[in-house]
Amino acid sequence: MNQASNNNNPEKPSFFNSPQFRSIAAQALLLAAMGVFFYFIIQNMLANMEARGITTGFAFLHEKAGFGILQTLIPYSEDSTYGRTFIVGLLNTLLVSGLGIVFASILGFIIGVARLSKNWLVSHIAGVYIETFRNIPLLLQIFFWYFAVIRPLPSPRQSLSIGDWIFLNVRGLYLPRPELESGFGWMLAALAIAIVAVLLLRRWAIRRHYETGKTFPLLLTSIVILVGLPLLAYLASGGTIAWDRPVLKGFNFQGGITVIPELLALLIALTIYTAAFIAETVRAGILSVSRGQTEAALALGLTQTQTLNMVIIPQALRVIIPPLTSQYLNLVKNSSLATAIGYPDLVSVFMGTTLNQTGQAVEIISMTMGVYLTISLLISAFMNWYNHKMALVER
Amino acid sequence: MKKLAASLIAIACIGGVASADTLEAVKKNGHVKCGVTTGLPGFSAADEKGVWRGIDVDICRGVAAAVLGDANKVKYTPLTAKERFTALQSGEIDMLSRNTTWTLTRDASLGLNFTGVNYYDGQGFMVNKNLGVKSALELDGAAICIQAGTTTELNLADYFKSHNMKYRAVTYDSSDQTIKGFEAGRCDVLTSDQSQLYALRIRLAKPEDAVVLPEIISKEPLGPVVRQGDDKWFNIVKWTLFAMINAEELGVSSSNIKEMKKSKNPAIQRLITGQGEKLGLSDDWSYNIISQVGNYGEIFDRNVGAGSPLKIERGLNQLWNKGGIMYAPPIR
Ligand SMILES: N[C@@H](CCC(=O)N[C@@H](CS)C(=O)NCC(=O)O)C(=O)O
Repeated sequence: MNQASNNNNPEKPSFFNSPQFRSIAAQALLLAAMGVFFYFIIQNMLANMEARGITTGFAFLHEKAGFGILQTLIPYSEDSTYGRTFIVGLLNTLLVSGLGIVFASILGFIIGVARLSKNWLVSHIAGVYIETFRNIPLLLQIFFWYFAVIRPLPSPRQSLSIGDWIFLNVRGLYLPRPELESGFGWMLAALAIAIVAVLLLRRWAIRRHYETGKTFPLLLTSIVILVGLPLLAYLASGGTIAWDRPVLKGFNFQGGITVIPELLALLIALTIYTAAFIAETVRAGILSVSRGQTEAALALGLTQTQTLNMVIIPQALRVIIPPLTSQYLNLVKNSSLATAIGYPDLVSVFMGTTLNQTGQAVEIISMTMGVYLTISLLISAFMNWYNHKMALVER
Repeated sequence: MKKLAASLIAIACIGGVASADTLEAVKKNGHVKCGVTTGLPGFSAADEKGVWRGIDVDICRGVAAAVLGDANKVKYTPLTAKERFTALQSGEIDMLSRNTTWTLTRDASLGLNFTGVNYYDGQGFMVNKNLGVKSALELDGAAICIQAGTTTELNLADYFKSHNMKYRAVTYDSSDQTIKGFEAGRCDVLTSDQSQLYALRIRLAKPEDAVVLPEIISKEPLGPVVRQGDDKWFNIVKWTLFAMINAEELGVSSSNIKEMKKSKNPAIQRLITGQGEKLGLSDDWSYNIISQVGNYGEIFDRNVGAGSPLKIERGLNQLWNKGGIMYAPPIR
């Protein structure tokens, strides 16, 4: 209590009373307390599990898993380890999330812009889309695509097909796969060169624009380069692309690329659901740029496209990015609904089968939570960086 | 700060007293919390009135009869294969009676104990009739529906590997999804414990379109499970099953137990009366089991055997002195 009177002396608060020290000390104490707390809990839990005869530790990651997984992006067999099932599951999660983010962004942007269209029909179709898919629970949508749309498809022997190339049946979508050894390899190389060329061209065009004010038809040239170079390579290599086509052998189609129906259903549902939210975000972003900006830009003599590209979109993006980030995060987390239809994602394979076969719930659940946390933090970090880049530069 | 430390210690202590006396808890709750399947006819499934029935359900009922004197005092928790062990470990259920295979890993590393075997099973395959497959050895390249978190997954991989065949595992969480996947043609084959194939088959729209292949590729001794470290409870669940099997062997059934009470046969006398205090139960524990639930033969018959839609032969599950391997230690 007598400290209160000490504080009346404004000139020299003692070191221990200084606000800096107090705040640091308080935080350090809190941190220490939390450390002790978690240490206690974890020790206690381990001791209890030991006492109950439950195996603990991460040694199981080196044990043989001995079960099959439907879709593996890396070589995996029944002889692989539980550690490998973790990677396989993780990659499957990343695959569906990555594809989902790309497709949902594209679809979301299109719908968002369509929502603002002056065409009554277009804007209303977009509006109905948004209201419908935003308000139906995602799980139901996944079930709809999986059980109502894909399930009634014919059996492999009666597949729907486009020529001898693409087949669709209840077991999935079968696509031809170009073989790398043939001309396709050259095409890929040409595409890589084309991408580099376009990036360099873009830098040059922007610099020239700043320096001289002259514009350059970047989009058109880029498309020409991106399509033209690989095409040239294809022709130069004698037009030989060997395709590995799916063929019905025994029970199933063999060869080509198989898109399992579980992936298809999950991807469609995630895309359509998330796109509805992204569309609203995009609409809000565009509307946030005041009408006066457009008018001013047009008055300065910019064309409609230039106004859109140089005035509206850069400003709209600033508003769009933060909520967009959270949509991406949601999509990644929602992808764990995979287990409801048997898509072998991390939750289904690792937190499901592996957990059950080894019984090491605590280790496996912490690892899985760690993964989702890391993915989320990475996406946030990237989007923060991007947001920062796009943010208003104050002069 | 002192307060915080005090509450920390308090929290740490709560975790410490977790090792509980299941028998006391069951008596206090007035019911046995039993983990069963989400619905597998013959083993554990709720009928149209919502009453749980099945050979696994009857073990739960037997334990309730032994401990609480009333076979109906059971609370059922439907669990998928994936969820079952965590539910038991965490204390959500008192016992698991859910066609669970007794294996070394499960017994030794999950902190669980198997209390015996109430059904000797083995893994089999079911295929669509019009595939014309006669043997499992013709299944190279097939898509196979299985349930996640089962021994089935592991046996399947072993079998195909040892026969140098390939397969695509389509893994679902519940038996419901598995059978629907099979029905819709997502997979060519459904595999599970053979008895369960028959149980799943009657859930198909056209059961006659599916055939069960002759091969049995594994040993699946199915039995009830309890948490490790509570020997009193372990004994009760174990001897509930043994009492049922001994009752069949001695010819004591739910219909004749009243007269059997007067029997001069000492083994029957021991089965029906007495010995309860050694298990921490009242002396009519076994009387209650047999009169309310029945002996093993009755249970088998009514749920999966001749008296049920499944019509499974006794086979291995016949008593040891009648050609099977069902055997229980003596009550004495
Ligand atoms: N006995 C095997 C398999 C048990 C099992 O879960 N079988 C499936 C048959 S497809 C089942 O009972 N499913 C019922 C359910 O999930 O509710 C094990 O213990 O791993």
